[in-house]
Amino acid sequence: MYVLSAIISLTLLGLLLGLLLGIAGKYLKVESSPLVDELESLLPGSQCGQCGFPGCRPAAEALVEGKASATMCPPGGSALAEQIALLLGLDLDLSEVKEPELLVARVSEATCTGCTRCFKVCPTDAIVGAPRQIHAVVSDACIGCKKCVEVCPTECLQMHPIEVTLRNWRWTKPALPATSTAVC
Amino acid sequence: MLSFFAKPRIRGGVHAEERKAATANLPIVTDFPLPKKLYIPLQQHVGKPAEPLIRVGDKVLKGQLLAYSQGMISAPVHAPSSGSIIDVNDYPAPHPSALPIRTIVLETDGNDEWVTTPNITDPFQLSPEDISLRVGAAGIVGLGGATFPTAVKLNMGRDNHVDTLIINGAECEPYLSCDDRQMQERADQIIDGVRLMLHSMVAHSAVVAIEDNKPLAFLAMQTAANPFPAIKVIQIPTRYPMGWDRQLIRYVTGKEVPIGCRSSEIGVTIHNVSTAYAVHKAIRLGQPLVSRVVTVSGGAVARPLNIEVPLGTLISDLFVFCSVNPSHIARIVMGGPMMGDSLPHTHLPTVKATSGILALTQSELKNTEEQPCIRCASCVSVCPAGLRPLDMANNIRMNQLDVAVDIGLKDCISCGCCSYICPSNIPLVQYFKYASGEVAARQQAQHKSEQTKRLIDARNARMERIAQQQAAEEQARLAAKAEREQRQAEQEVTT
Amino acid sequence: MITHLKPSSGAHIGTPVTVGHIMGQVMLALTPATAFGLYVFGWPALNLFVITVLSALFFEAVCLKLAGRIAKPVLMDGSAVLTGWLLAMTLPPWAPWWIGVVGSGIAMILGKQVYGGLGQNLFNPAMLARVALLISFPIEMTTWANVSPLFFSDSPSISDSWRITFAGLTNIDAVTGATTLGFIKTEFSQNHLLPDILKDYSEILNFIGWTRGSLGETSTLFLALGGIWLIRQGIIQWHIPVSLLLTVAVLSGIFHTVDSQHYASPLLHLNSGAMMCVAFFIATDYVTSPNTPAGQLVFGAGCGLLIFVIRTWGAYPEGSGFAILLMNSATPLIDYYIRPRIYGRDRKGKPIEINKS
Repeated sequence: MYVLSAIISLTLLGLLLGLLLGIAGKYLKVESSPLVDELESLLPGSQCGQCGFPGCRPAAEALVEGKASATMCPPGGSALAEQIALLLGLDLDLSEVKEPELLVARVSEATCTGCTRCFKVCPTDAIVGAPRQIHAVVSDACIGCKKCVEVCPTECLQMHPIEVTLRNWRWTKPALPATSTAVC
Repeated sequence: MLSFFAKPRIRGGVHAEERKAATANLPIVTDFPLPKKLYIPLQQHVGKPAEPLIRVGDKVLKGQLLAYSQGMISAPVHAPSSGSIIDVNDYPAPHPSALPIRTIVLETDGNDEWVTTPNITDPFQLSPEDISLRVGAAGIVGLGGATFPTAVKLNMGRDNHVDTLIINGAECEPYLSCDDRQMQERADQIIDGVRLMLHSMVAHSAVVAIEDNKPLAFLAMQTAANPFPAIKVIQIPTRYPMGWDRQLIRYVTGKEVPIGCRSSEIGVTIHNVSTAYAVHKAIRLGQPLVSRVVTVSGGAVARPLNIEVPLGTLISDLFVFCSVNPSHIARIVMGGPMMGDSLPHTHLPTVKATSGILALTQSELKNTEEQPCIRCASCVSVCPAGLRPLDMANNIRMNQLDVAVDIGLKDCISCGCCSYICPSNIPLVQYFKYASGEVAARQQAQHKSEQTKRLIDARNARMERIAQQQAAEEQARLAAKAEREQRQAEQEVTT
Repeated sequence: MITHLKPSSGAHIGTPVTVGHIMGQVMLALTPATAFGLYVFGWPALNLFVITVLSALFFEAVCLKLAGRIAKPVLMDGSAVLTGWLLAMTLPPWAPWWIGVVGSGIAMILGKQVYGGLGQNLFNPAMLARVALLISFPIEMTTWANVSPLFFSDSPSISDSWRITFAGLTNIDAVTGATTLGFIKTEFSQNHLLPDILKDYSEILNFIGWTRGSLGETSTLFLALGGIWLIRQGIIQWHIPVSLLLTVAVLSGIFHTVDSQHYASPLLHLNSGAMMCVAFFIATDYVTSPNTPAGQLVFGAGCGLLIFVIRTWGAYPEGSGFAILLMNSATPLIDYYIRPRIYGRDRKGKPIEINKS
């Protein structure tokens, strides 16, 4: 008798809860987020190809499929990596990732012929100049995509690391204590 | 009993070994031999750098304007002595990195000849605004080390109807005694400066707060302030960081400055004693800020002294004068040993912020052999800001900067109490400075990527517009060609 | 030109107090009580003490070796010795050698090193080991030697002590008995009442420590003296000991006033078992206690409450080990909720409002 009542009550309970779950699933459904679009909107959109994918949209697709790591976008840096990791729910250990050295293009004034090829390809309009006049790179706007370097006929555009000045100098992270480091 | 429940007036802090005696009992040296060259950085203050208005080769007199202030928050720079300008270029800055800063180099002629200074008989006839203007034009900034332009602060005080002016004579950093000596030797002038500041802010009372380890300074200041009932001189307990403006404000007024507000918003403004002296000189004598008293001390200094130094004097010149033994130096520190930063070498100029230069020996330095945190919570109990340095440092170590910011990273004042007390020798302050810089850099990077996106969108829009335009032109051209052909055909038909 | 290239930030000076110094001071404070315990329980106690401390060092060294870390500087910080020392103080003085070894193993490996070493552990290693031993080896852990001071004729000699430590006791009933708290518990189960149970109880002997009990926990006097000295030295704060002792005193006081036949007096509570040792030396462990004064008050009160509850209504006569472990597990929670108020902000972290008055 006890066994019977237990079976009946548990069955009823199961049915009831199942029904509730079914209803909840129908009415409280969360629209799946268009992840690729969201990621694409986070990425710089310069289609620079530094990640190894032909553009930002393919890169976003690769991210969603798990084929690319959150840290794959050099122009975005660690700030973007964090945002991507947050969106995809990834664990991101930035200490594992070596911050890629950011480079900016600089025009060597001696060899620039003012051919205007470079500023036509610059995705961020970071190169200013006029035909037959020496061009200059606005380093704050340069994302280091190297497109200009590829088209320059005189190799006067070269990539340089961003100069450390009093404005962007920062304290380094203290090293871990010696007692916690390995013997070998 | 009620006082037991009231908010504590002093929170946290440490009682560091003072080590002031070496310099506190000697008079300020005023006959420091004039250096051959002075290196005057264009930015010695918070805000925008000054813009030079002299050229290389110009002859200048002492006190002559070299660079004018730009923008709302800035300060001008004056010639600390007479001579000729030999360079305006990048030179190492007195900063832990010693990275270059734009600097005017002045070769002194040895005459130390002043420009003609205006003579004011009664400055109290001047309008309050006029006093601020003159203080601003004299290049005066907060000489306690914050280097915020004083004129701006005076104006804010006046605009906010500040009723209390606190004069910070705490000088809570160990080793430093430049304020102590100035209060002993220049009490009348400082009190005069305080009166001028009161006049400029249209405030009615001033409190000069001096730590009780400086009884002679207290006595001198009290005597000097005696004729002026508006100025009260009080003694405060000796406990670092008593000279932190917000701690001092809480102790003196019982009020706490809300995070994100300026002290003037709660009716209090705070200035340093050296600043008051500089205001006196600027208004009474018309002399701009061209020198300051610097404490040179530390175990490697054979002749520790307080010296009135022309701004721009190289630290190496000071070290020669004070007989510093270079082989004993383990670290050079600008400022006090608690908050000051190390300097990589001595070919760096003294600036308006330089309250002290310390040449410390290895035995004076804190042991740097780091051990694991034992959660002793000494850092929590000494933190005057009420933070939990151990948790913040742990989060930063694991790169969880967001968590560190959430639990108060931005409220850290880098006073150094936690690093001072830590039995495991963890460089807590450096963790916080690193994390603050990193957070700022990430914000910048974020800003840049947004800006990049804007630029790319703008470019894409422009490209599209150009393409459309070209297409339209092409169409028009085709249409014109068709029309022409048609007309030609018609003509052919007619002929 | 002198160059010092590595930028360093303040504070450039600091207190000379180091981790090793703190551990040393705690050991110094423990010395009188330990010396007294060793004197009262004689050579076997000394054997156990030495074995426990040495094996604590041994297990720490082994763990460090396995982790590939340099062992010497870590061993020198004194924390392993202190853990072994504290564990030894809580063991029955004539316990066999392997109790000390197994206890140290549990303390150092499971209590400390698996978490990542000094400063990382959730539970107090010594208490974890003691509780594990008590549950695993209840006979050995509740065999309390009679008071048998050094150099007394009927006390065991050095050679006797080797036998006791390494071969075990032979005449158990003659040389052991119950502790005061254990005695009360068994007598209660036979429906005796307190005044009757305690007719042979001497407050003064218990206060000095001339009674059966753990190796270093019997002397209320010396432990309290050591603890107060530590507070004076600034090594520990008063909050945890005071709130712990006060909680026990108040609770037992209330119950004793209501029913003195069944509830022991505050004096007896404070004067017995591990109370003083726990209040001053175990609960105040930096690593496993909260780091704000208010949190420490809560922690102490929680420990006191649990000790009283376990002693009064629990199955074990002494509950301090369990109480400490339970409150240790609550420490992260206490630290999360009880935080100091940040200057210029209210307790919730919002900027305080300017009151124009």
